[in-house]
Amino acid sequence: MTKLDSKIPSGALKDKWTNYKNNINLVNPANKRLIDVIVVGTGLAGGSAAATLAELGYNVKAFAFQDSPRRAHSIAAQGGINAAKNYQGDGDSIYRLFYDTVKGGDYRAREANVYRLAEVSANIIDQCVAQGVPFARDYGGLLDNRSFGGVLVSRTFYAKGQTGQQLLLGAYSAMNRQISRGKIKMYNRHEMMDVVIVDGKARGIITRDLVTGKIERHGAHAVVVGSGGYGNIFFLSTNAMGSNASAAWKIHKKGAYFANPCFTQIHPTCIPVAGELQAKLTLMSESLRNDGRIWVPKNMDDVKAIRAGQLKPTQIPEENRDYYLERRYPAFGNLVPRDVASRAAKERCDAGYGVNATGQAVYLDFASAIERYGKETAHVQGLDENDKALVTKLGKQVIENKYGNLFQMYEKIVDENPYETPMMIYPAVHYTMGGIWVDYNLMTTVPGLYAIGEANFSDHGANRLGASALMQGLADGYFVLPYTIGDYLADDIRTGPISTDHPAFAEAEKEVVDRLEHFINNKGTKSVDTFHRKLGLIMWNKCGMARNKEGLTSAIEEIKVLREEFWKEVRVPGGMNEFNDELAKAGRVADYLELAELFAKDALHREESCGGHFREESQSEEGEAKRDDENFKYAAVWEYTGNPGEAILHKEDLVYENIELKTRSYK
Amino acid sequence: MNLTLKIWRQKNANDKGSMVDYQISDVSPDMSFLEMLDVLNEDLITKDEEPVAFDHDCREGICGMCSLHINGEPHGPDKGITTCQLHMRSFKNGDTIYIEPFRAKAFPIIKDLIVDRSAFERIQQSGGYVSVNTSGNTQDANAIPVPKEDADMAFDAATCIGCGACVAACKNSSAMLFTSAKVSQFALLPQGKVEAKKRVQDMVAQMDAEGFGNCSNTGACEAECPKGISLENIARLNRELIKAKTAVKH
Amino acid sequence: MSKSGLFKSSIGRKLAMALSALFLMIFLLQHLFINLTAVFSEDAFNELSHFMGTNPLVQFVAQPILIFAVVFHFVMGMYLEMKNRAARPIAYKKVNGAANSTWMSRNMAISGLVILAFLVLHFIDFWVPEINHKYIAMAPEDPTRYYGELLHKFSNPARVVAYIVAFGLLALHLLHGFGSAFQSMGQNNKYIDGLKKFGVFYSIVVPLGFILIAIALYVTGLK
Repeated sequence: MTKLDSKIPSGALKDKWTNYKNNINLVNPANKRLIDVIVVGTGLAGGSAAATLAELGYNVKAFAFQDSPRRAHSIAAQGGINAAKNYQGDGDSIYRLFYDTVKGGDYRAREANVYRLAEVSANIIDQCVAQGVPFARDYGGLLDNRSFGGVLVSRTFYAKGQTGQQLLLGAYSAMNRQISRGKIKMYNRHEMMDVVIVDGKARGIITRDLVTGKIERHGAHAVVVGSGGYGNIFFLSTNAMGSNASAAWKIHKKGAYFANPCFTQIHPTCIPVAGELQAKLTLMSESLRNDGRIWVPKNMDDVKAIRAGQLKPTQIPEENRDYYLERRYPAFGNLVPRDVASRAAKERCDAGYGVNATGQAVYLDFASAIERYGKETAHVQGLDENDKALVTKLGKQVIENKYGNLFQMYEKIVDENPYETPMMIYPAVHYTMGGIWVDYNLMTTVPGLYAIGEANFSDHGANRLGASALMQGLADGYFVLPYTIGDYLADDIRTGPISTDHPAFAEAEKEVVDRLEHFINNKGTKSVDTFHRKLGLIMWNKCGMARNKEGLTSAIEEIKVLREEFWKEVRVPGGMNEFNDELAKAGRVADYLELAELFAKDALHREESCGGHFREESQSEEGEAKRDDENFKYAAVWEYTGNPGEAILHKEDLVYENIELKTRSYK
Repeated sequence: MNLTLKIWRQKNANDKGSMVDYQISDVSPDMSFLEMLDVLNEDLITKDEEPVAFDHDCREGICGMCSLHINGEPHGPDKGITTCQLHMRSFKNGDTIYIEPFRAKAFPIIKDLIVDRSAFERIQQSGGYVSVNTSGNTQDANAIPVPKEDADMAFDAATCIGCGACVAACKNSSAMLFTSAKVSQFALLPQGKVEAKKRVQDMVAQMDAEGFGNCSNTGACEAECPKGISLENIARLNRELIKAKTAVKH
Repeated sequence: MSKSGLFKSSIGRKLAMALSALFLMIFLLQHLFINLTAVFSEDAFNELSHFMGTNPLVQFVAQPILIFAVVFHFVMGMYLEMKNRAARPIAYKKVNGAANSTWMSRNMAISGLVILAFLVLHFIDFWVPEINHKYIAMAPEDPTRYYGELLHKFSNPARVVAYIVAFGLLALHLLHGFGSAFQSMGQNNKYIDGLKKFGVFYSIVVPLGFILIAIALYVTGLK
C-alpha cells in the first residue's frame, strides 16, 4: 500500500494546481539539454507532450507504430473538445466543467485531477488556435460552440466532424517544428517491446523496427507512455486496427499498477455488425442523437416481418413504435449519457426486438426531425407549411447541412439511404476509462515512468462524457506533464546520458527476442486473428455491457484456456528480420490475453454498477444501475505478481470534499 | 461472388517484385475491400504462405494509412473515399481486380503493397507549422477574429489525410496537391500568415528535393482525393510562391 | 531557407511554361488575323505580309522572340516531361486515367510533338523560302508576291490534310493548356470559370479558323 501515494497537493481545490506549480522543482534551461525523454505513442497526448518537452529543451525520442504521428487514432474523434471558455455566456465555468465530468464519471474519478483538467481546458483552445487549427467560426469571425450529451451548457469547440483530426494535426505540426530543429528524434514504424528498469527507475525501452525487424535499445532519463486505450481487447471496436495495449501492459508487468481495467465505454451509436468476417466497427457521432429518435417496434410480429424483409420500418405506424429512451427517461430522452443509452438498446435487443438479421440493431430515425426542420424552414421562407413534399425536401436539406458527411458515411457502409429509411445502430466498444494508475504528477508507480492520455486511468472515472477525451489528452501533454516531469528530472541533471550497456537492457532485450523467436518457431495451426476473434467474443458476451458473477467467473476460465491454446497453436508466418505484420499482431494479442483476465477479475470484484460497468446483481427494480459508495468508492489498482489472475488489489480511496455524491438520474 | 485478384508481391525494397494471381470465392458484397484482403490473408496463412502486406489502420477513412491502386485508380473506382471505405458491392462476380502499390520514385516500396511515404513527413517538417510555443502563454483564442469564409476554406484544405493518393493518381507523381493543402491552410489564417513567405519556399524546395514530378494540371489528384481537396489550393500555392520569390527583399 | 530563384523551382518552371504559352497564344491570334485577310482581300493580305516581312522591328525583334518562345516552350516542356517520367520509374500494370482526367491533359507531350512536327513543315514551307528569298538570294522584293505563293502552297491536298490534323491537335493542346496556364500562374478565383469558358472558345475557334482558311484557299486554288 505504501506505493500508492496520489500526491494530491493540499489546500483549496481551486488553488492546488497553481500552488503546486509555484513550489515544484524545475530544471534550468541549460540542464534540460542534458536530459533525454522517451515518448511512446504520438497521438494527442504523446504528440503534444513530445512537442512541449522538446520546446522546453529536453531531448525527446518519440515512437509511433504507424508511418507518421499524424495517423494516431486520436484522429478519428469526430464531435469536439470541451473547454470552460464560457464564450456563449451561458453560465459555464471551471467548476461546472469539473462537476459535470465527475458526475458523468459516476463519482469514480479523482477530484484534484479533474479540477486541474477543467482549469487548463480553456488554454488548450488558445493554444490550438495559435497553431492554426481551423475551428468552426460564426459569421462574426469568433469561435463557435455546440452542445453534447449529459451537460446543460454549450462548451464544445469543433471543426466539423473532424475535430480529432484537426487537433492531432496541430500537435503533429508542433512536433514537426521540433523535429526540424533536431529536438525530437522521430521513430516511425517502431513498436515499443518493453520498458527497461534500472535501479528501480525507468531508464529506457526496447523497440522493434517494424520494417527491418531490428531490435533496438533506447536509453533516457524518463519514459512517457501515451499509447492509448485497450478497446481492441474486444476484437470488434471503434478503435483502429493497430491500436493496442502492449505498451501499457508491458509497463504494468514491470511494476506500474493498473487501475480499473473493467471501466469500458460502450458507445451507443455505431453501425451494427454485418457479418462474421467484419474487422472493425464504425462510430456515428453522438451529435446524431440531438435530432434522431431511437426506437424498436412494439409488436413482435412487426419485428419478425422486418427481419424477414416483408415490412419496412417506415410502414410501421407511430402507435406501434416503442421510443424506449423517451419512454424510460422522459427528462433526457434520446440524450441520456452513453452508458445508459447503450444498456437500454441491449435490453430491447435481448428481449428480442432487434431489427436486423442478427437481432442486434435498433432504429435511429430522422423522419420527425426532417419534418420539424422542414416546417420551420418553410415558415421562415414564407412557403406552404402543409405541402408535404416541400417540407420533406427542405427538412432533408437542413439535416444534410448538419450531418451530411455522417449520412454519406452510413450509406457507403450499409448501402441504405438514411434520409429515406431510419439508420440502424447498435452499441460498440469505444473507449477505456481504466488504465495505468498515475499520481497527480501523472507518474506511475515506477519512478520516472509516466502515463498520459487514454493510457492512464485518471480523469473520467467510470464513464467519459463526450468531447472530453481530446481535452484530457491535450491537457496532459501540453500543460500538465511538461511541468510535473521537471519535479522528477530535477534530480537527474548530473546523471549523464543513460548507457544502454547496463545488464537490465540486455536482459529486457533477451526476453523480447525469446518471445519473438517463440512465435516464429512455433509450428501452430491457427492464425493470430482466430484467437483475437475468440477473445473478443468472450469479452463481449461476458464482460460487455452487462456483467454478472457467473459470466465473469467463466470468462476468467475461458480466457486462461484460450491463452494456453494460443501459445501452443498460434501460427506466425515469415521471419523476424523483416516486415511481419502477423508477428506484430501476435505480440499484441498475447498481451490482450493476459490483460483480459485482469479485466474480468476487476469486473468480478467490483460488485456494484457504476458508469460503464453494469453488474446485473446491482440494479434497481426498474433496471437502473445501482452504485455502492459505501464499499466501492475507490479506484481498484492492481499490482502484477507474475500472473494476471494473481494480481494484488490496492485501493485508492476517492475523497470528495467539493462534490456531494448523488445517484445519477436521467428520468 | 468469386474474384480473380492480381496483386503486386515484393518481398522487400531490394526485391524485383511481380504480379501474382489469386482466386477468392464467397466474397460478400457487404464486405469492405480490406476485409476481403483479410480473408485472403487468413487463407494464405492456413496454407502456410506469406500473407499480403498492406497498410491500414483506422478503417474509417480518416487516418490516411491505407493506400492501394485498385483497377488503375488510387483507393479504387469509387470517388471521395479511401480504400478502407470501399465495399465489395462496387465489383461484380467474376471480376479481375488489379491491386498495386502507390507508385512513385519518392514512395519506395517497403513490402508488397506497402510504400514509404516519409517524403511527406519531410515536406511537413520543412515548414508545415506555425512557430508558436505550446507553453501555454498564448493570447485568448478569440483575440483575432477570422472571417468565417477564410476559416472554412482553411478547414477544407486542412482535411488532407496525407494518404498520397494525389501522388499515385498523378501521371507525373507530383505532390503539389498535398503540399498546397498545408500551405493553403496556413496562408488563409492570420496565425499562419506571419511565416507564409518562408513556409511556401521551404516546403516547395523540399517537395522538389524529394523527387516528385511537376504539376501539369491534369486534375487527377483532385478527382481521386478521398477528401476532395480542391485544385484551387494548387493555384494558391503557385500564387504564394510567386509572391514570395518576387517579394522585395529588405 | 531556400532563397534560390523562382525559376529553379518546379512551380517557377511551370510558370515559365505558362508565360511562354500565353505569348504564343497571342501570336496565334495575330497570325490568324493576317491569314483571315487572305480569304477576303488579296491586297490586304499582300500589304500586311509585306509589312511583316520587311519591317525591321518585326524581323529583328519580334521574330527572334517568337522563335525563342517556341524553342523555350518546347525544350522546357520536354525537360519537364522527362523529369515527370523519371518520378515514376516503375509503371502501373493497369491505369484508368480516363477516370480522373482528360486525354488531352495527360498527353500534352504528344500533342505538342505533333504540333512541333507541323511547325517544322511550316518552316520549310514558308519561313525557309522567305529567309532564302530575302537574306540569302537577296531577291528583289515584290510586295504582291505573297498571295500567289500562299495559294500555290495550299493547292496540295496532302498539305491541307496535314494542316487539319495539326490544328486539330493544337485545339486539344489548347483545350488543356489555356486553363492550365492560368492555374500555373496561380489564377484560380471567381473569374476562373469565365476564363475557362473563354479558353474553350479560343481553343476551338482559333484552330478551326486556321483549318477553314486552309480549306478556303484550297478551294480558291481549284478555280
